[in-house]
This record gives sequence, C-alpha cells and structure tokens, in this order.
Amino acid sequence: MKLSRVSRGVLASATGVVLFLIYVPLMVVLVNSFSTSQSLSWPPPGFTLEWWGKAFQSQGALEAVGTSVQVGIIATVVALVLGTAISFALQRFEFFGRDAVSLLVILPIALPGIITGIALNNFFRTILGVPLSIWTVVIAHATFCVVTVFNNVIARLRRMGTSLEEASADLGAGVWTTFRLITFPQLRSALFAGGLLAFALSFDEIIVTTFTAGVGVTTLPIFILDNMFRPAQAPIVSVIAVVMILVSIVPIWVAQRLAGNEKVVR
Amino acid sequence: MNTASDVTSRRDGAAVPPIRDTAARRGSVFLSSHPRARLWLLLSAPLTWLVVVYIVALVALLITAFWKVDSFTGEIQIDWTFDNIVTVITGSLYHVVTLRTLGVALAVTIIDIALALPIAFYMAKVASPRMQRILVIAVLMPLWASYLVKVYAWRSVLSGEGILQWVLNPFGIEGPGYGITATIITLSYLWLPYVILPIYAGLERVPDSLIEASSDLGAKSWSSIRLIVFPMILPAIIAGSIFSFCLSLGDYITVNIVGGASQMLGNLVYTNVGTANNLPLAAAVALIPIVIIFGYLFTVRRTGALDNL
Repeated sequence: MKLSRVSRGVLASATGVVLFLIYVPLMVVLVNSFSTSQSLSWPPPGFTLEWWGKAFQSQGALEAVGTSVQVGIIATVVALVLGTAISFALQRFEFFGRDAVSLLVILPIALPGIITGIALNNFFRTILGVPLSIWTVVIAHATFCVVTVFNNVIARLRRMGTSLEEASADLGAGVWTTFRLITFPQLRSALFAGGLLAFALSFDEIIVTTFTAGVGVTTLPIFILDNMFRPAQAPIVSVIAVVMILVSIVPIWVAQRLAGNEKVVR
Repeated sequence: MNTASDVTSRRDGAAVPPIRDTAARRGSVFLSSHPRARLWLLLSAPLTWLVVVYIVALVALLITAFWKVDSFTGEIQIDWTFDNIVTVITGSLYHVVTLRTLGVALAVTIIDIALALPIAFYMAKVASPRMQRILVIAVLMPLWASYLVKVYAWRSVLSGEGILQWVLNPFGIEGPGYGITATIITLSYLWLPYVILPIYAGLERVPDSLIEASSDLGAKSWSSIRLIVFPMILPAIIAGSIFSFCLSLGDYITVNIVGGASQMLGNLVYTNVGTANNLPLAAAVALIPIVIIFGYLFTVRRTGALDNL
C-alpha cells in the first residue's frame, strides 16, 4: 500500500516499540537467572551460574518436566483422534445440530479455565467417585486440546475439497485405501501443527491442572507456581523460565519449516 | 511403489485382478453407500467424550449452584434453593468484583487492539515479504513461551526493586507496583499475540487492489483505511477481542502473582472452592463470567467474528 514516508515511519516505529515491550520482560528473566540477588532486584548486584547448576540438579523440576511431557503426549494423541473425527463429520456432512457440535468443541477452551477446572474436579470426585490422579489430568487436557486439532484439520479439509478422494474411489479404492493413500498425506502437516499446538497447550496449562491433579502429581507449571514465591527457589524458577523460552523456539522453527515446505509442494 | 507393473499388465490387456471379498472391503462398501453410518462412526467417539466428560460436568456444576452446603458438616446438601444466586446478585462484594473484572477485561481488550492494529498493519501491508516472515515469528515466539513464565517476567519487571522502578527512579516517578494496573499490564501482554494474529490474518485477506482502487478514485490513505480496510477487518478485530476479553474475565493466577491484594471473579470462585469449601456458592459466582461470555459471544456472532478465530 502506498503510504507517505512519515506514516510508514510511524508504523515502523510503533511496531518496533511493541516488539521491544514484548521482549524486554523476557530479557529481564534471562538476566535474573544469572543474578546473585534472590529478590528480583535490578540491576543485578552480581552474576553467578549457581542457579543454573542447581536447576539442572533439582529433582523436583526434572520430575515435573517428565510428568508434563507424559500428560502432554497422551492428551495430544487422544485429541488428535477425537479432533480429526469431529472435523470430518462437520466438514463433510450436513446434519441437524452441526452448529451445536462445533460450539461443543470450542466451549472447553472458551469458558474460563477455573470453571472447567472446578466442573471437572466435581465430576471426577463427587459424581464418578474416582480419586484424582495423573489420568484425570490427561482426560481434562485432552478435552480442551481437541479444539486445536479441530481448527487445523477442518481448515485443511475446507481447502482440500473432495475431488481427489472421489477420483480415488472411482478408480476402485475402498474407504480405507483412500484415507491411507489420499486423505492422510494431505492432512499430515495439519495434524502435525494441531498436535504441536495441543501439546503446547497441555504443557503450559495451569488452572485446570490445579483442579484435576492428584496428590503428588506435579506438572511443570504447578512446580513453577509452587516455587515462585519461595525466596530460595525463585532464581531456579528464572532458570526454568529461560529454558522454557528457549525450548519454545523449537515448535516455531518446525512450524515455519512446515509452512515453507508446503508452499513448495503447492 | 509396485503399482507400475499392475498398470503395464492392464495395458497389455490382462484382466483387472478381482476384488477380494474381505471384511475390510465389505466394511468399505457399506460405509461408502451409507453416508449416515459414516457420520455416526465419525461422531460417536468425540461426541461421547465431550458430552460425558464436559457437558455432564458443566451441567452438574451449574446445578450445584442451586444446592447448599451444610454449615456444620461442610457437606453439600441436595436442597433446592436460590440463596446462592441471590447472594451473588445482591452482595456488594460481588458487584464490586464483577465491575472490577469487567473493567480489567475491557481495558486489556482496548490496550491490545490499540497495540495490535499498527503492528498488524505494518506486518500485512507495509513490510517486505522477508520482514513479514521475521515479524510473524517475532510475534509468535512469546505466544509459545509459557503463561507462567510471562507472568513471572512481569513480576520481575514490576517488582519494587525491578527494572521499571530503576528506569523511573531518575524521573522521581513511583512505578505501579503490584496491583490492578500491574494486572492490566500483564494480561495485555499475555493476550497481545492472540489479538495481533487474527487482525493480521484479516488484513492479509484485504486485497491490495481494493486499496489501490480506492486511492485511484482519489481517497487519501487515511480515508481508504477508514472506509475500505476497517469495515473489512472488523470481524477479525472482534475475533481478537474475544480472546483478550474472555481470557481476562476468568483469570485468577495473574492477579495472584502481580495483583497484590486485589481480587477478580476467578479469585472469588477459587476461594469459595478452596478455603471456604463452598462449591455451590463458587458455582453461583462462576455463573457471572459464563453469562457475560455467552452474552458477548451472542452479540458478536452476527459480525462473523467467530469464523475468524
């Protein structure tokens, strides 16, 4: 779009300022993780590697990472199956109550986490009478992760159309063969993106987790929250925060590569 | 793939191999001739899961709002009453906290849209394709960073000895410290990428040709933006506002970490479930954000914003 030099400059600097504001807090955490101060004071009185060493030896932190990964993977697998099925149903069929079903998928993420949290807590403990455990967390996470898979897969299905599948059926392939050889390869990257988002969502979730985790089930966010207010542990939380920021670059990089590859294929 | 040999044999006039009558084949034939069966096969598992786990849980919670807690034993009694609802509607504590929460959610939404518009516009319409890619990544990156990490980052920034106070000290200004302002700042920060992305996507969909046509017809760039671009991206802006508004409405962790002693609706629900052990009252309080969110979604539904999420 044609804009005057001044308005371009204004827009560019506004963008710069917003990006600056986005990154300053993350930088502060990075610096604090090396600070000798335990009370988040700025500028840091001195620098040390002590917290980094302690964080990597912290049994609690490592176990929490393990629990989070475990929950995330199982929840993602469930969400992939349920989300894909429901996207096919909604995209390929017209039926009564279709809007209600799509609302049903969005609801667990649209309503505040605390409501989902206490509803599920009440459901598991009072209605079903099952004790909270790691599995109740998995069930809860899978429920709100369905939407990310759904969004990605249904968007892909809309673009795909059905002509290739029809051609495959005309050539004699059955439903399974068509899915395996025609539909699935076209869906693969959408499934990957949806699954990645679902995993990230689960890995990061704190509120619903608080209400559905059994005694002794500590996911990484629960560990962080528990230790944030303890002066002796706070610098370790900074280290975990930095590691998490660094790790979060991986999915972006993957997603970006995927997007790039797809453009080449198309 | 070994299909090449099949094809040549067919060209040679050899008979097409007969289709074997296996169970899979029969299932496939049945499914392709019965679309309803296909639909049910697809819908049964996810619908069962979502209805059994979620809807039942949610409805049970909402019903609990009409029960009460025995003040001696602390057990929930199935005793139908509107007491909790009346308490929530008439209690001044709930008025104050609801208004405060609404105020915070609105402020966060306005701040986020105001910050998102210029950056999204720059990304979509001004930046070079290469710059555009870099900016998308730069905006996405904090989206992937953990929620708690970001709140913790602001706790560090806003702390009494933190960097903000250090920057403000030479000017003799007192920083906001922990409180409602800190909560608004932190929530705006948390949801900003969620607001930028739909608006950016909306702007991407506005064809440059329309803007060019508008300027060819003599419109200044500001008029083009106001009359052509803005109406077209309004659904995307509203889609972004759904994120910032709804997510702020239910939050209680951010308030706990940077909000000092202030409370939002989420905190009231939390304390009623936890320390007060009064699930019926908590459920009644939870109705407030549910009603507000449904009201908001219902109002914006016509604008087509829900398709822009």
